[in-house]
Amino acid sequence: MTTTAVASRTRARTGRLPGAWTLGLSRGALEIKQFFRQRDQVVFTFSFPVVFLFLFAAIFHDDVRGSGVNASQLYVPAMMASGIMSTSFQSLGISIAVERDEKVLRRLRGTPMPPAAYFLGKIWLVLFTGALETAILLFVGTAFYGVRLPSDASRWADFGWILVLGLTGCSLLGIAISSVPRSAKSASSVVVLPFLVLQFISGVYISIDTIPDWMLNVGALFPLKWLCQGLRGVFLPDSAQVLEQAGSWEFGKVALVLAAWCVGGLVLCLLTFRWKDRRDG
Amino acid sequence: MTAHVNELAVDVRGLRKRYGDLTAVDGIDLGIRRGEVFGLLGPNGAGKSTTVEILQGNRGRDAGEVSVLGSDPANGTRAWRSRVGIVWQDESAPAELTVHETVRHFARCYPAPRDPEEVIALVGLEAKAGSRVKALSGGQRRRLDVALGVIGDPELLLLDEPTTGFDPAARRRFWDLIRLLADEGTTILLTTHYLQEAEALADRLAVVARGRVVAEGEPAALRERYGTGATVEWTEADGTARRERTDTPTRTVAELTHRFDGEIPGLLVTRPTLEDVYLRLTGQEDAR
Repeated sequence: MTTTAVASRTRARTGRLPGAWTLGLSRGALEIKQFFRQRDQVVFTFSFPVVFLFLFAAIFHDDVRGSGVNASQLYVPAMMASGIMSTSFQSLGISIAVERDEKVLRRLRGTPMPPAAYFLGKIWLVLFTGALETAILLFVGTAFYGVRLPSDASRWADFGWILVLGLTGCSLLGIAISSVPRSAKSASSVVVLPFLVLQFISGVYISIDTIPDWMLNVGALFPLKWLCQGLRGVFLPDSAQVLEQAGSWEFGKVALVLAAWCVGGLVLCLLTFRWKDRRDG
Repeated sequence: MTAHVNELAVDVRGLRKRYGDLTAVDGIDLGIRRGEVFGLLGPNGAGKSTTVEILQGNRGRDAGEVSVLGSDPANGTRAWRSRVGIVWQDESAPAELTVHETVRHFARCYPAPRDPEEVIALVGLEAKAGSRVKALSGGQRRRLDVALGVIGDPELLLLDEPTTGFDPAARRRFWDLIRLLADEGTTILLTTHYLQEAEALADRLAVVARGRVVAEGEPAALRERYGTGATVEWTEADGTARRERTDTPTRTVAELTHRFDGEIPGLLVTRPTLEDVYLRLTGQEDAR
């Protein structure tokens, strides 16, 4: 055994270091595999916004005066936005904090893997689960809550960039917040509270026209409000624009804020990301 | 192997590290030759782990020169990382993946990895290759950690207390594995607080206490150098047990033979074991 092993081994350092993109793809596949093997996590992640959609749409279903939509319809894009943020911000914020606590990050850091490959893997996971979550809500929304799929291609294009910018921005924010909790145990409390607050002041749970202006203005600093607004623009008739703070969908502003969060989130990650927990110094 | 055959694999001079008021490493010098198994032996809190973490490039230092495979670990490049294998004290493989998936994935991180199947066989996990990591026993997880440490075919393997928590049989199997890797030419640095382990595996060892190297050399040489004297024990005629430490045990026994005029009841002459030497060096003699 020993001799064959020695004979078969060459220590010639001719091999090239694998690139971040290739390794990122392989990490992405691994992340997705790991995600789907935790069945309870899969069930709860995907059913959470569907259950909330059902609850809110069952409680509030009256026509909203002068808007041409009913309350249930409003909740479909709202829950989609919330689902996008939960699969990106919340799940990354918690899972990376846990991986840091369990030394998975330190172990990876001990290999020649480029750090970017780790983040690419996470982004693949989020794109995959986020798109799946959105598809589920879209199905439920069109099948049961009277939401119509947009008929013109430009609306679908809007949907595409909102989804990608939203997932990316929220993922980066999630990676950034993962450095805040001191341990895996505190991770979910640290991540869930700001997410919950944002859902209340960004028009997810409470209709945008009933939230006080000052709260909306605070919410407007974060991506969730714009994600909601953009998705309403995609899936609701234009008559519903009267409910908006500005009286229109403001697609340009949505793109600007979400893109700004992608850049800002990236900078935040680069400045604050820690491979080790605080005890490790 | 690489060109610098005569260069030390690990060269540490005057290493110091403080955590607040606590001086963890207080001027350590180490020279580890290529192809050698080097044991860093010392009680808990002696500064072993801190030293190894600095060598891994995972911790900064306050003073001293450190060269690992010719580079300062503080600015270790990806190419440098690919030549150093690390096995940590605590397990860290993701629970939901199988042994095979984990080893294969780590292999992809390296420029010239070993064959995953071969490495799984090397650590004796063939039968568990398809099992999820969460289904492995503690000993099997440690073996997986070693597999991940050697998958990149490292020139230097750093093992930090690899057998803590093992039962004796598992520890023996683990030693065989380390010997196998050493036979293949891997330079190995291992920390341990088990003296027996250092004696069984290390070509040379350094005893560390309170952040300093208090003795260094081959295990047998250490015993010889620091294990001077002997203890003579016997029982007096009235039944009291006597014990005497002496540098001249033969003379003591001769005197006793004369006094007892023949057989000495309960005679026992012992040379200090490496353990006695170790406990004396690390200032834990009272622990006996």
